[in-house]
Amino acid sequence: MSEELTKLGVKAIRDGVAGGDFTAREVAESFNAAVAEAAKLNAFIVTTPDHALAAADATDARRAKGEELGAMGGVPIGMKDLFATHGVQTTAASHILEGFKPQYESTVSQNLWDAGAGMLGKLNLDQFAMGSSNETSYFGNVASPWRKAGSNQPMSPGGSSGGSSSAVSARIAPAATGTDTGGSIRQPAAFAGICGIKPTYGRCSRWGVVAFASSLDQAGPMARSVEDCAIMLGAMAGFDPKDATSLQMEVPDWEGALSADLKGKTVGIPREYRMEGTDEAILDSWEQGKAWLKDAGAQIVDISLPHTKYALPAYYIIAPAEASSNLARYDGVRYGLRDLPEGAGLQDMYAATREAGFGDEVKRRILIGTYVLSAGFYDAYYNQAQKVRALVARDFEQAWAQCDLILAPTTPTASFPLGSLNDDPLTMYLNDVFAVPASLAGLPAMSVPAMLNEDGLPLGLQLVGKAFDEQTVLDAGLAIQQRAGFDHAPEKWW
Amino acid sequence: MSVDKATVAKISQLARIKMTDEELDRMVPELNGILTWVEQLGEVDVTGIEPMSAVIPNTLRLRDDVIDADPKTGGGRRDDVLANAPAAEHGFFGVPKVIE
Repeated sequence: MSEELTKLGVKAIRDGVAGGDFTAREVAESFNAAVAEAAKLNAFIVTTPDHALAAADATDARRAKGEELGAMGGVPIGMKDLFATHGVQTTAASHILEGFKPQYESTVSQNLWDAGAGMLGKLNLDQFAMGSSNETSYFGNVASPWRKAGSNQPMSPGGSSGGSSSAVSARIAPAATGTDTGGSIRQPAAFAGICGIKPTYGRCSRWGVVAFASSLDQAGPMARSVEDCAIMLGAMAGFDPKDATSLQMEVPDWEGALSADLKGKTVGIPREYRMEGTDEAILDSWEQGKAWLKDAGAQIVDISLPHTKYALPAYYIIAPAEASSNLARYDGVRYGLRDLPEGAGLQDMYAATREAGFGDEVKRRILIGTYVLSAGFYDAYYNQAQKVRALVARDFEQAWAQCDLILAPTTPTASFPLGSLNDDPLTMYLNDVFAVPASLAGLPAMSVPAMLNEDGLPLGLQLVGKAFDEQTVLDAGLAIQQRAGFDHAPEKWW
Repeated sequence: MSVDKATVAKISQLARIKMTDEELDRMVPELNGILTWVEQLGEVDVTGIEPMSAVIPNTLRLRDDVIDADPKTGGGRRDDVLANAPAAEHGFFGVPKVIE
């Protein structure tokens, strides 16, 4: 029974619990056991089996009384360790927040508990969500459950939501939360052969989410199917007066309106995404994606997003600039680590605490951010980047005159071995080259698995939609999912 | 523009991150690599373009002027606020002496 239950996704669990095929407690116990067995993946920083069981028991009790179970009723999920969870350690995978137990709950996680979900644990990530490989966590690398055919070399689950992608693809969680600043949901989803959607900026509250780059950060679901993403996104999203950038809009019934019929829709293919260095297999999957969407009734047109090339460098000014000010709050006074050398004053304590508490990539980005915001360089770097950002957003605006949706690869390559890009931050940054433009423009964007490459590693396709139009993105995702028939799972080695 | 060791030392001081000599030496080429790469933004013609500040058109809301409208973000939660402090004393955050 338990092995069977961990094969189920969000919808199947919710409907099975509601229909009495199994209890929420059986589901929670099965996943708790799977989590405990999967320590080698290092996907979780802390596990919270009691939280999952308590939520399950509450769901079972509600069912016994004939009450509504909620959109996520009986579904235990993994929570990226960037969401503040009441009384449960929240670290953003950093040493500086080790031991921090928030006295409050993030709005997104609270929304999920209110919808009947339970928590299996806090998922590992790149430290402060800065990274594309899950090699910057203070708590060690996350391994992808996937391996190249015939090899046992540990592969990257992508990042920053790599604990999430690893756990969902390994079937130790039916779904997980992710956050996306410049591709941190979509790139790991693509690497791990699962789905993930970043909604329009402002759909999900950022209240209680450890901030990286506030004008970009957006939470979203990661799950194995488009339907599961639609359900979970519906449960996560919603107006929150506590977040000044939260959208004051109704949350549509994405699940109820889901349709793979794309008749009357036009899909744009951005010619600038055909970049040097992109794998042949990625280009093949893109061609296949076009054929699938055409088959679903869509019309395919070529479009141009002329500032694509500049999106990534603009991002690597804007995101560190915002990070440098957001991370100024970690100073050893109010929470987290304090390093107080003998005889040190306040300034020395700040500097020593931040030296000891931040990892190398975080320090690098804080320094870049501090530099580009400093007097004399602000206009040359930061202001110029914000202008280029406006042009990137304008490219999309102009594209919407020709199409309803954009199809592109999610990443330029499949997953790479852990450790292979460590000495080369720039090459690592290039992994997000296709994901960053939609982030800069605040648009909804999703990755769905398309196929395996010749090494047996998953490749993802990316769909980018107009602001507030998650529905078309999900619909096209469903059309691809139905045609791709991607039902590959990694072979269990952990 | 490129940075030298003295500049990186100055930035690290502004960022309140103590760095050893060795770390500074390592950071100089790394930062220069990134800065050289981002300088391609200078090629872009941005004449007449306003820098983007809000990504999605959204009106800035003001909260009603009510004390404790939300009990979680209002006042009266001293113990919660101090619960994670590395050194809380007498209901305050403790820091090293700053006045002689």
